[in-house]
Amino acid sequence: MNMSYGYSKIILTMILAMCLRILPLSSESAVYNPDWVLLVLIYWSLAVPETVGIFTAWTFGLFSDVLTGQLIGQHALAYSLVVYICLKLHKRIRQFPLLQQEVFIFFCLLLSQLLLFLVKNLLHPAQLHSTFWLPVFTGTLLWPLIYTVLRFVRLAQPVQK
Amino acid sequence: MAVIASVALLIAGQRTQQIDLLRAALSFVVDPIKYLVDLPSTVYKQASESIQSYVNLKQENGRLRDYQLIHQTQLLKLEALEKENIRLRALLENSFKLGEQVLIAELLSVNMAPYEHIVVVNKGTRFGVHQQQPVLDANGVVGQVFRAMPLTSEIMLITDPNHAVPVQVNRNGLLTIAVGSGQINKLLLPYLPSNADIRPGDLLITSGLGGTFPQGYPVAVVDEFTSQLNKPFANITATPMAKLDRNRELMIVWSNSTPVPLITKPSTTDPAPNSSP
Repeated sequence: MNMSYGYSKIILTMILAMCLRILPLSSESAVYNPDWVLLVLIYWSLAVPETVGIFTAWTFGLFSDVLTGQLIGQHALAYSLVVYICLKLHKRIRQFPLLQQEVFIFFCLLLSQLLLFLVKNLLHPAQLHSTFWLPVFTGTLLWPLIYTVLRFVRLAQPVQK
Repeated sequence: MAVIASVALLIAGQRTQQIDLLRAALSFVVDPIKYLVDLPSTVYKQASESIQSYVNLKQENGRLRDYQLIHQTQLLKLEALEKENIRLRALLENSFKLGEQVLIAELLSVNMAPYEHIVVVNKGTRFGVHQQQPVLDANGVVGQVFRAMPLTSEIMLITDPNHAVPVQVNRNGLLTIAVGSGQINKLLLPYLPSNADIRPGDLLITSGLGGTFPQGYPVAVVDEFTSQLNKPFANITATPMAKLDRNRELMIVWSNSTPVPLITKPSTTDPAPNSSP
């Protein structure tokens, strides 16, 4: 697989994740919408750590901030820290069975949400519902799906001529 | 490195307006995604419009023509009333705000962040939209422009928990502030005493204080008033007039921020009676 082909896959899946992030859901179901961008970022940083690094995470964090209309920098901070942990542990995590991976993903998402919570709380305290934490759980539950789909995308070879 | 950079951005973003340039630059990458997500609903709308039957369209056309006629005649009266209002205000030596310009913007069906009532529309700084402009629909006040970017702009609805709009009761001119509740069909009026002269059914209009919203647009209807014993403030809720969760077309308003200078008294504005003899 040449390098440019891998990039296009990563960028396409990231754009898809950003679309899913702002999908127009009703206000009841919107609270369950997980942080797709972070989940896809985690996958790529575990699978191809030499391509997807902290800088990529930071850039997509900035995009995520603009996309969701938040103060610039909070998603960038959260994503780069989570991806840093993923890069440190990627050799170990790859060997884990899916269930054990889910525990790791749970803590990654929790860390990201916690950082967002801290930033938001510094800005205007006591504005957040307890449902703020729901995306952590739905994200964890969706990890096997994302893992299998993205694994399929990564390993799919272009048609040989 | 990345951590330091993001913390620096966070602090900078809170302090200065310079970061808006970065946001505008990034929005060129991100805004096409918003349009992409909006595409299915736009296609659906256009498809349903194009396969509507001829009879339906004809009926709708007739109905709209009737409305147009009625509104046109009402406008005729409005013009006369406006003139009269200016004359009366001149008698009271008051200035009068005139001249509002509107731009129709269409909602993009994207969901930004839950818990925040912020919507995205398809008009941005390219059309001259700027921060803090009032946004209306056909029924009342919707919100204000929270952030204007080149291709899109974000509008904070009046029901956002961080939003407050200065209002007055239309019946008696009682001034207060309507605060967003976080629910799409509810506003709170937390700053009125228990013995305030306000009752269910009262119309709240913008008071024009604060300078963001022009005076006199309907905001909400009071629907509950409960005075709490041994508490200084009453518990009042109101329902927004604007259809916040249903409308796709919104109007962004430019109002002349400086009021029209004091209009001279009718005796001098209307020289005809003086000069005729």
